[in-house]
Order: sequence, then structure tokens, then C-alpha cells
Amino acid sequence: MDFRLSEQEEAFRREVVDFIEKELPANWTQESLYWPGGYGTIPDFEEIDPRIEKFRHQLAEKGWLAIAWPEEYGGTGRSHIEQAIFHERMSYYRAPGPDVGTLISGPTILRFGSDEAKREWLPPIARGDIRFWLAYSEPNAGSDLASIQTRAIEDGDDLVINGQKTWSSGAHTSDYAWMAVRTDPSAPAHKGISLVIVNNKSEGITIRPLINICGTHSFNDVFFDNVRVPSRNIVGEKDRGWYYLMVALDFERLVVPIGGFRRTLEELVQYSKETGNGQALSRNPQIQDILAELAIEIEVASTFFWHTAWMLDRGLVPNIEASVLKLVSTELSRKLASTAMEVMGPYGQLERSSKWAALGGRVCTGYLDCISALVGAGTSEIQRNIIALRGLGLPWS
Amino acid sequence: MDLGLSEEQEMLRTSARDFLHKECPKQLVRQLDESEEGYSPELWRKMAGLGWIGLPFPEEYGGSGGSFLDLAVLLEAMGYNILPGPFFSTVVLGGLTILAAGNEEQKKRFLPEIASGEMILTLALTEPSARYDAASVKTTAAVRNGGYVITGTKLFVLDANVADYLLCVAKTKETANPEEGITTFLVDARSPGVKITLLKTLARDKQCEVSFDEVSVPKENMLGELNQGWPIVQGVLQKATVAKCAEMVGGAQAALDMAVAYAKERVQFNRPIGSFQAIQHYCANMVSDVDGSRFVTYKAAWKVSEGLPATFDVAVAKAWTGAAYERVTLLGHQIFGAIGFTMDHDIHLYYRRAKASEMIFGDGRFQRGIVAREMDL
Repeated sequence: MDFRLSEQEEAFRREVVDFIEKELPANWTQESLYWPGGYGTIPDFEEIDPRIEKFRHQLAEKGWLAIAWPEEYGGTGRSHIEQAIFHERMSYYRAPGPDVGTLISGPTILRFGSDEAKREWLPPIARGDIRFWLAYSEPNAGSDLASIQTRAIEDGDDLVINGQKTWSSGAHTSDYAWMAVRTDPSAPAHKGISLVIVNNKSEGITIRPLINICGTHSFNDVFFDNVRVPSRNIVGEKDRGWYYLMVALDFERLVVPIGGFRRTLEELVQYSKETGNGQALSRNPQIQDILAELAIEIEVASTFFWHTAWMLDRGLVPNIEASVLKLVSTELSRKLASTAMEVMGPYGQLERSSKWAALGGRVCTGYLDCISALVGAGTSEIQRNIIALRGLGLPWS
Repeated sequence: MDLGLSEEQEMLRTSARDFLHKECPKQLVRQLDESEEGYSPELWRKMAGLGWIGLPFPEEYGGSGGSFLDLAVLLEAMGYNILPGPFFSTVVLGGLTILAAGNEEQKKRFLPEIASGEMILTLALTEPSARYDAASVKTTAAVRNGGYVITGTKLFVLDANVADYLLCVAKTKETANPEEGITTFLVDARSPGVKITLLKTLARDKQCEVSFDEVSVPKENMLGELNQGWPIVQGVLQKATVAKCAEMVGGAQAALDMAVAYAKERVQFNRPIGSFQAIQHYCANMVSDVDGSRFVTYKAAWKVSEGLPATFDVAVAKAWTGAAYERVTLLGHQIFGAIGFTMDHDIHLYYRRAKASEMIFGDGRFQRGIVAREMDL
């Protein structure tokens, strides 16, 4: 057992920090409204700022969008711990770069895609040339993802897709849909689903914005009206998509901005030291107690984060562990927001543009965004179901 | 970064669990809980034979040469099986303190006897004020006849009733900074003037009142230097705190395992209660609590084992684990329902221990105070 970073890991960490400090656009960390754990304030989901594109391509040039991938597909062949080091530091600076493609689609294709599919998709994903959005949920298929209705019928060498996806974060800023469709309506729900990659520019796709409670256009309703996609765009085997989806969801749940929690805590501590009426807030024992409690929960979440990275390097598959990590870190997102509100009092409710706003209005937006943390990528209730049923073997009925 | 246990540690974990499962069934636990002594001399001898009591002491002193991290692994197994007895007091509070602060003569005198199971020790620190700071130490040790004479009352002293020696923390100098006037002494528990009264506690652990009425202690039983005992105490407390966390992790895991097993077999409304989401979600919450406790505890234990600064991590582990163990046993009780409210059932044995463990060496609020200081608030 050794919690220290090895020399190589330490050196990589320094390299990452040096790069971010040099290349991340000035003031980005302070300007970003991103709330750790939330899904409504992720910058790429709203719009692609040219500064994000530039930074992302700089990362891609170093192979850092695909750190733990094999080199032949654009990765660096480094370990998952090193990849975790990268994500931890990136999130500490609220730095953008990785996307659904690099974090979810790419790793899933690496696991289940044909050699042809790997060669076709992985290099452009690793180069940061293309972005993916997750086309999973439908108006009648949220937590019960297996009940999706969007149909994909074979027609020659193509699939023809009809249906609607919703809560489609970043659909309007991405190039490809990573989509769950029903290819065999006669089979039981889990056995008739395929995973397919659909070009956003295909005819028949209509994207309609939804505004989230933070006031941001991060997600959409997306309508598919006889959309044609080559059948070769099916990932892995037709009708086996559910099983790939489960793994893709595990990958999604491993993405935790653990450094972002630390950064926000630091800002809150600094705020509490600089604010007060005669006596700094930070000298108040009640404030000390709640800040300490928050720091403790961040430490606990952090150990889950590193543990899953370590598991991946050992060739173990974090399955229930991904759900535990997601549950713990998203509940932490909520705790961070409520503690921040407690510390800041009425100032916490001031939006960025308001006079007297403090901490850039981030806490006000974050208090709203943390709602999505407990709901997106599988609600906390679904995570608990997974932990109980798959992890502990408790009975379905 | 490597977050796994070594092969030997994994083996220790499994063999300790299996041994205690066989040798320390709940029937024995209850018997010992109700007894005055609180331990089984036969089981104690067996553990000595396995090298457990000497686990963290160097081989030159009759120990097994294990690390503090190895000890944490063993303590987790003991916590899982809720082994009653003075192992914690003897090894962590007594032995490790002598190892850290004793001179060569003291180490040679005490450690081999501890390791062979022939000596039981404990730490007499807290007083009726029930606090863990130097200012609360009112028990005095005055110079007399070339030795010292101790007078005062200690309270909540674990296993004093079976101890051969008490590590007594006393005030030896009146100073502006109380931390500069403390000395620790090795006191023979059978010395004239020592009076021990067993308290009746929630967890049935053998906490005692120990009164010292002009108890003579020879000079060679001073641990470390005169007036420089407080750093020794701080060292014990740090190790004891994280060692207690390791026990708690084991206990919490056991509570989770028991509750899940029950949820799978108990049938109501024509289905196992584990098929109801309320119960499933309780169990899922217990998993987060148990795993999180294990991770932060082992991180702290590793730092202590490596001799790295660990104040922050130890406080984090104790604050979290203490609260988590309580939450887990509470949920366990909910899952067991009424049967868990009977003496005959086992879950309350863990519930009681969860509270005792949370309190000892400083509760959550106390630990958060340390965290706040480490955060420089």
C-alpha cells in the first residue's frame, strides 16, 4: 500500500500543472461557472468557445485527451492513475477539454468496437476533432432506459431511425450522437437495443433547445425523422447494445471533477477568512465545524476516485464501484452547495451579474446546478438500486 | 500509487477473520461482556501463540516485526468479530507507547512480556472532565524519596481492572503552558493506593475509575523525560485514534453483512424484504459508509505506519468513521425491525460499540476542530 505518487506520476503531474498554468486562457478558472458534479454548467454543453477549441487541440497534440488509451489509437499508453492525475488537476482549474467522446464513447469503442470501428473513430476522438453527445433518454424512458422506443429499422446497408431523444446535453454543440436505438422490437426490452453513431448533419434531425433551471441552454429535445445511418455505424454487435450501454454508463460515472471540489472549498475558505463583521467568518466555531465537515467529505470522495483508477490499472472493472463513486460525489456536489450557502448567507443568493455578488455568483448557479448532479447519469436512486441489486445481490422480487 | 494490501496482509486479514469466527462466537462475546474481566485467558494465550499480541513489536523484543498497517488489518478483523478484551489497551495504548518512548531497559522489561501474553497494560489519561487536552490533567506526581508519588482520579480507563501496569499521565510541573508540565509513568496496578472501580457501560467495555492515593512509583518507571510526557501522549492518541477506526471499519462491515443476509431471507408481503427499494437503498447507503470508512482509515493508518505527518488524515478518518459506523448500525436496526430490539439478537452489540468507539479519543466535533486547525481556519 502506498498513497504517494511515484516519481513518474509526480513528474507527469508537474507537467500537467505547468501546461495548464501556461496555456489555459487567462481568468478561465474564475470565469467558469462550472459547478463540480453538475451537468448544467459544463461549458461545452452550452457553446463552443473558440478558446475551448484551442485549448482542447493543444491537449490533443500531447495525447492528453486519451491518456490511458493505447498509442496506436491516439493515446499515450500511460496508466489510469496518470489519467486520473490529469483529470484531478484539470478539474481543479475548471479546465475544459475532454468530452463525451474522449470520456465515454472512445473507451466503449475500445472495449467493444471492431478493429475497423476503432480505426475509424478513435483517432479523430483523440485528436479532439469531433464531439459526441449522449442520445439515451426519451420522454418515456428516463430511469427505465431499457424501455426506449426510438426505432432503427434495417433498409439495405442502412438503418432508418425514427423517434425522439430528450435531455440531450450538448446535442447542439456536437458532431455525432452516441445513440441507443431499438433494432429488434420483438425481443425482450434489454435484448433488442443497439448502440449506433449518428452524424448530426444527417437529414431528418431537428434539435430543439431546452433551458435548464440555471438559465442555460445545455440540453435539448432531438427529433429523428427517417434519419439514415450506415449500419456499419453500429458499435459492436447489433441488438447487444444494452450491455455496451451498461459499460458506457460505468465510464460516465467514473468521470468525477474531484479537483473542482477542492478548488471550490478553497475559494469558500478564502471567502470566510476575508469576510466578517469585526471577526472573520472563519473564526466562528460553527463555520469552522461545517467547513471541516465539508473538507472531510471531499477527502472521502477523493479516496473513492483514486480507488477506481487503481482498480482499472489492476485490470479490475469498476462496476458497482462506479455507482458508489457517482452517488458519493454527486451527493457531495449538493453538500458543497448547501454548505456554501450556509457560509455565505444572503450573499449566496446573488447571481453573477448582480451588484454585491460574491465568489462570482458561482454558488447561486451551483445551488441550482447541483440538482442535476443527483438526477443525471442515473439518479441517486438508480445508483442505489445498482449497488444493492448488482453489488450486494439483493433480490429483484 | 498502490491502494491494495500486500499478499501477507490479505492472508492476515482472512486468517484472522476465520480464526475469530471460530474462536470468538457471539456466545463467548456475550459471556465476556457480562463478566468482570471481559476477556478469555485461553483465547488470549492462543492469540499470543499466533504472534498477534507481539505483532507490531520488533523481533528483538519478542515481537513479530509487523508494521502499524499490519496491526490495522488485524484490528479490522477483531472489530468484525467484536472481540472483547484488552488487546487494544495492551498493544496500542501500552505496548506501542513503550516502544515509542521507553528507554532500552524499559523496552526489554515490558515488550517481551507483552508479546508473550503475560502482561496486560492500559493508558490512564482522561479524568472526570472527560477531555483529551493537557490542561485537563489534574492528577499530580510529586517527587518523594528518589521516586514519585501520584495522587488523583482517572476516569474512563479501559481494562484497568485486568491490567498489570497502567501508563499514568500526570502533572509534574505547574506551568503557563500545561503541555510542558506533563509526565507519563508506568505504574504497577497492584501498588498500594491504587483503587480500581469497574464502570457499567453501554458497550460493556471495561472502562474504570482509577484513583491514585499517594501511589509510589520508582524513578526508573518514568517514560521519557520529566515534563516531556505530552508529546508521548499525543503520539499514543494519534495511533489509538486510527487503530480504533480500523476496528470500527470491521464492525461496520459486519453490520452491513448481517443486514444484507437478513434482507435476502426475511419474507414479508410474500417477498424477501430485500426486494423493497427502501431496504435496498439503506443497504446501498451502508456500502458507501463502510467503503469510505475503510479507504480513509487505511490512508491514515498507512501514513502513521510510514511515520508521515498524519494529523489531518487521522482526524478525517475518526470523524467520518465514527459517524459512519453509527449510521450503519442504525440502518441495520431498521432492517432487522423488532427482532433487532431483543437482547438475543446481535445487531445491538454493534450499535453499542459504534457509540463507544465514536466517543473515545475525541468525537466527531472534536476531530472536526482538529481538521479546522489543520485547514488553518
